[in-house]
Amino acid sequence: MSFPWAEHYAPKHPLTKWIDSRLPLPRLVYNAIGAGYPVPRNLNYFWNFGVLAGAALAIQIITGIILAMHYAAHGDIAFQSVESIMRDVNSGWLLRYAHANGASFFFIVVYLHIFRGLYYGSYKAPREMVWLLGVVIFLLMMATAFMGYVLPWGQMSFWGAQVITGFFSAIPVVGEPIRVWLLGGFAPDNAALNRFFSLHYLLPFVIAGVVVLHIWALHIPGSNNPTGVDVKGPQDTVPFHPYYTAKDGFGLGVFLTAFSLMLFFAPNALGHADNYIPANPLSTPAHIVPEWYFWPFYAILRAFTVNFFWIPAKLWGVVAMFSAIALLFVLPWLDASPVRSANYRPLYRKFFWLLVLDVLVLGYCGVMPAEEPWVRISQFAAAYYFAHFLIILPIVSRVEKPLPLPNSISESVLHGEKAEAAPIGVQA
Amino acid sequence: MVVRFGAFLIGLVFVLALLTAFLVPREAAEETVAHKFHLHPKALKLASDGPLGKFDRQQLQRGFQVYKEVCAACHSLRFVAFRDLEGIGFTKPEVKAIANQWAIEVPAINPDTGEATTRKAMPSDYFPSPYANETAARAANNNALPPDLSLMAKAREGGAPYVHSLLTGYRDPPADLPADARPGPSLYYNPYFANLNIAMPPPLVADGQVSYADGTSASVDQMATDVSAFLVWTAEPKLENRHRTGVAVVIFLIIATTLAYLSYRNIWADQKH
Repeated sequence: MSFPWAEHYAPKHPLTKWIDSRLPLPRLVYNAIGAGYPVPRNLNYFWNFGVLAGAALAIQIITGIILAMHYAAHGDIAFQSVESIMRDVNSGWLLRYAHANGASFFFIVVYLHIFRGLYYGSYKAPREMVWLLGVVIFLLMMATAFMGYVLPWGQMSFWGAQVITGFFSAIPVVGEPIRVWLLGGFAPDNAALNRFFSLHYLLPFVIAGVVVLHIWALHIPGSNNPTGVDVKGPQDTVPFHPYYTAKDGFGLGVFLTAFSLMLFFAPNALGHADNYIPANPLSTPAHIVPEWYFWPFYAILRAFTVNFFWIPAKLWGVVAMFSAIALLFVLPWLDASPVRSANYRPLYRKFFWLLVLDVLVLGYCGVMPAEEPWVRISQFAAAYYFAHFLIILPIVSRVEKPLPLPNSISESVLHGEKAEAAPIGVQA
Repeated sequence: MVVRFGAFLIGLVFVLALLTAFLVPREAAEETVAHKFHLHPKALKLASDGPLGKFDRQQLQRGFQVYKEVCAACHSLRFVAFRDLEGIGFTKPEVKAIANQWAIEVPAINPDTGEATTRKAMPSDYFPSPYANETAARAANNNALPPDLSLMAKAREGGAPYVHSLLTGYRDPPADLPADARPGPSLYYNPYFANLNIAMPPPLVADGQVSYADGTSASVDQMATDVSAFLVWTAEPKLENRHRTGVAVVIFLIIATTLAYLSYRNIWADQKH
């Protein structure tokens, strides 16, 4: 669907006409990311990150497929095959560093994309389905990234797999048998490595499929915008192409430049030295730390240190860690405020920035050893995380008095209303 | 409404569980002995540092000589092949000679009898391990396992500076070191090592231990620096390639991004937004 004033695909060349009448694929693309998709004219740079996430997924799939041609998923030679990619495969070092750092950059843009959605209320009606599918993509990304990190079969791969699969043993009674069944053994070994590789190859295509649904669901109501007010007419929108393809082209250039600086000049900065030591089940690393994008959730997992209501601390930690993501599924119904953009929600805006700070604090606690004062800080920060979404947000959306909204996007753009042009969080 | 009420209860339970844990008294983290006496690596400048860094091939060859004459007695280099030495400036015949004269032969099969035997190394061979297997390595080293050195400069926090500091960091334990942290039998005090006592005996002990072919004076610090530089190369032989490609890619991307920005401004010139 689209707005009534959307431009229509009108093939001129006989060949394109012939194709369009038989398989209207060019028409689909035209309506999805071409001139046939009208987009609010006031989007800021935070709206670049959806396209960038798509680009990151493409980079991961392309580099990953080539890496899989050289990688050997066997406990005895996996580490060696990765080293041979680094040393003997033509440009293998480039492929592997691009893939490893590409995962980090995928998460960077997706986290910015998620927080953009949180700030501008993109999860609210009528875009709930877009948000729900996005959370599904996020979960799939986390599973894929975790299994990918296991594949080089270094020390952190092995012990990370040991810790993460250990979550299942927290389930009462049946937990341990489930863990053994999932791993195909009592500890991560060749069987686990093989199934992780198989799933690591499968899930990115599942992600790509859900991305299609995500975009499809987005195109029903159309894109949100920094004011959060609905599109009222043609004066509020511009065609996606050439306006936003040009803007995204620039965004992509900035993204690729930042990515290249990391990939070529500090390719191991986000990794862990221990993963250049081959996996050794008999030697536990001093600190088992996941990749940076899991740190906040790792901190929540470790924050539960006492048995509460006769439920063991470990089970609390695992349940809380999954709940920390699962609660995003009900977010559209927790926030009752009809106003979308935080630019017009003075109280929510304060709590939003507190949440950003809180997640950063959790991330820092996640990478530090489980010692004081970090455990205590993470306990407080984790409590705030849950309180923010489950307690504060529903109350704020009730008691808050929003600022007056602009009548329309074009009015906010044309009549000196500069709220959306100011940096987010700053009321002009 | 039901959703918000349920969420409120769940949130309350999590917050209570966390605040209970928060309030449970605990002991402050004690500063461990290892923490107190442990030293961070000394600064080390190598030609390969920085975004434009290149290898100093003369230094890599000296480092290789230190590996050959000192480290190779106990440490393998299993991801590096003799042929790779061309990358640090040895010619093909030189590489052939190095492989041929290597002190340890590589495992092979006797073509006549099929029995296990050894033969002289060839350029296509990887550096042979000084021990037949882990058990043999541990038996020869008081049950300690000398790690493979191929990736050492990437496999330790601190990288090459750590390797250099470790090699030059052996000393007598300080007087105030508690008795239980003192080196036991066949352990050596080294404050750069995470738990202070390392099983490796000081490998570089005297100036001039290696006679450098290029005439460089072989002080202990010089040998440690050279072998650290060599291990940067063994860990990342494609480093120069990476730096060179990176510079070209980033320059290209800056130009392309500038053009993309100009076309973006141009396309939007007639639109208020």
